[in-house]
Amino acid sequence: MYNKTMIVAGLVIFVLMVTFPVWYNRLDAGPLPKPELPPGGEKECVASASFMRDKHMQLLYEWRDDVLRNTDRVAVTVGGKEYRKGLQMACMECHSNKEKFCDTCHDYAAVTPDCWDCHLTPTEAAAKKEAH
Amino acid sequence: MDNKRRKFLKMAGATVLAGISAPAVVNLTSGSALAASGTDAAHGGHGGPAPTGVRLGMVIDMRKFYGNQELLDKAIEACYRVHNIPKIQNRKSEIKWIWKTGFANAFVDQSHNKRSETVLNNQFPVLCNHCDNPSCVKVCPTKATFVHEEDGIVAMDYHRCIGCRFCMAACPYGARSFNWEDPRPYIETYNPDFPTRMRGVVEKCNFCGERLALGLEPACVEACQGTGAMVFGDLNDPESEIRKVLNQEFTIQRNSAAGTRPSVFYIV
Repeated sequence: MYNKTMIVAGLVIFVLMVTFPVWYNRLDAGPLPKPELPPGGEKECVASASFMRDKHMQLLYEWRDDVLRNTDRVAVTVGGKEYRKGLQMACMECHSNKEKFCDTCHDYAAVTPDCWDCHLTPTEAAAKKEAH
Repeated sequence: MDNKRRKFLKMAGATVLAGISAPAVVNLTSGSALAASGTDAAHGGHGGPAPTGVRLGMVIDMRKFYGNQELLDKAIEACYRVHNIPKIQNRKSEIKWIWKTGFANAFVDQSHNKRSETVLNNQFPVLCNHCDNPSCVKVCPTKATFVHEEDGIVAMDYHRCIGCRFCMAACPYGARSFNWEDPRPYIETYNPDFPTRMRGVVEKCNFCGERLALGLEPACVEACQGTGAMVFGDLNDPESEIRKVLNQEFTIQRNSAAGTRPSVFYIV
């Protein structure tokens, strides 16, 4: 093997550089986000908190396909309360503060869902509300 | 070496010949299959069989709109309010779901130059025709636009639209609009129950699918309520109001020669 020293040294430098963010923060990813619970005091969601934590995107995708492609807009009833299928219509009704609920985790995980390019957050919806 | 090259050239020649003659052989042997696909094409084309099941459609009675353009404006306004449609004045960027146009533009194949004054002086409401044989659906590479089998609505799934605008090129009615800009600054009031669209997607009338699910009529039809100017319903239900109107009146479709079989009918 030629240039053994150079190659090994190069590899070591490469690995150190790639893992820089990990060891620089001493294996600490910072304080865990604490999303604000619904300001209205609602305790129940369409599914359990752990399911929603893990799989809310899958649920939203299912709803999206139901509503848009399968013409199934039947509301979901949980504990006597009806939830219309939709991010804007069901989720944001209770979780009315997107910045303190959705964004806290999404920022932490560095994901930028493009839902809000089309769907209105409660703040946005209120910004240009019709005067009835 | 030379011998090998000769062999190679022979083989290559034989392969090319085989390649060229193969389609001819296939043609000769699969004549019946080809004939069958030919009749299929004829079925899918102009004047094919009418689809069964619920087919939603609309009759626009222009006699109610003549001299009453306010009613038309009201219908358009209702649609724009319900669907968060931006009001962009710039013609290149404007978004149209239901809009006004002159007779000559609305009915390009109804051409003669001695039209009545009424027709010449009035604007016609035009919208997506929710065709039985929609050319937009055929060309969409992502199936972002598709036909709801349950009711015949030609729907859009904005999550899938990649903004290629093939559908705009295919639609003979110009019923589709591309979002060249972010529409939000141009929306005056938000309907919190309906999303806006994002830059880079194509949009169009959805026959108020979201309102139909709640048992409501489309917004434009509701705005004309009581006048009978717009009648909406199941084209395949003999008891429906729309069928009664279609049975009684002479109606025309927009650009029927395009073979798309529109579901919007006009009494002119």
